[in-house]
Amino acid sequence: MRDFTEIWSYLAAGPLVWLTATLVAYLLADALAARLGRAPVANPVAGAVVLLALLLWATGTSYDTYFEGAQFVHFLLGPATVCLAVPLWAHRATVRRAALPIVAALLAGSLTAVAVALALGRAFGLSPEMLATLAPKSTTAPVALGISQSLGGSPTLTAVLVVLTGMVGAVVITPMMNALRITDWRARGLAVGVAAHGIGTARALQVNPQAGAFAGIGMALNAIVTALLAPWLLALFL
Amino acid sequence: MIRVFALILCCQLAGEAAARSLALPVPGPVLGMAGLFVLMLASPRVAQAVRPVGDGILRHLSLLFVPAGVGIVGHLRLLGENALAIGVALIASTVLAIAVGALVFRAVARLTEAKPDA
Repeated sequence: MRDFTEIWSYLAAGPLVWLTATLVAYLLADALAARLGRAPVANPVAGAVVLLALLLWATGTSYDTYFEGAQFVHFLLGPATVCLAVPLWAHRATVRRAALPIVAALLAGSLTAVAVALALGRAFGLSPEMLATLAPKSTTAPVALGISQSLGGSPTLTAVLVVLTGMVGAVVITPMMNALRITDWRARGLAVGVAAHGIGTARALQVNPQAGAFAGIGMALNAIVTALLAPWLLALFL
Repeated sequence: MIRVFALILCCQLAGEAAARSLALPVPGPVLGMAGLFVLMLASPRVAQAVRPVGDGILRHLSLLFVPAGVGIVGHLRLLGENALAIGVALIASTVLAIAVGALVFRAVARLTEAKPDA
């Protein structure tokens, strides 16, 4: 039998270990979330990220090495965005009837997400580059990276902020909507989709199918609105 | 299954190509989504085939964000230095955006859906 470290260094250099680790960490975090009765704070993305970050640290693995395996999962964000056509199609009659509230809530939510982040970031003394990195954080990952890059931000840091934003949204949505006494699943879904993209949408899909469909619509439309709004708002706050 | 996946990728590819060649501000995958939606409206056969695959992928949408999230390991220093600013901006803007979005939706829905025949 060969030396363990030799086998490890062979395996850890290829994509198989880190692709497997990503799926297993997610399944563990998701099982834990299910165990905790899908409590808002038990977010599977947060759990998986912590597990994997600890594993990378413990094995002295760089993010670049990790990403060689994880890129196969990351790539699916694009096709998954295309798949948002499915809930949109399934709920097309409801969506058509709610066209006006959708557009109004989309513009108000999107503007708030970008403007409040930039205003507070500036008040706390963030650099222009950090503001550009922060601006698209409510948009879904592949889109946010593109916006960040075109504004002169750091796309890899934007990816992290996107995920953190999604976790915040997924954690606060249910208790907050209950506190505000908003019982309309369409309003709850759309708001979380606009503010917290795919992670918020994943949470909404878990809670209610109609909320999930509206979250998907909010996320898709906000990708367009943020791409148009962010450069203009950033110029105001620089 | 493979056919549907090929169709989804074709939609994305067409979206990316259109976004690039026409320099549109709309991201490629979003255009691809619009394309797939039109195809599903046009053909019930396409819609029935795509639906289970799309639902399956979206059920585990969270998983797809994990690799980007792990990127945090490369930015711990920068995030640590700006922790307060980023934390406040991120949490406050997300919470407010959700509240504003949901309240505006409800207000406009009440105004436009008040008519009994609407």
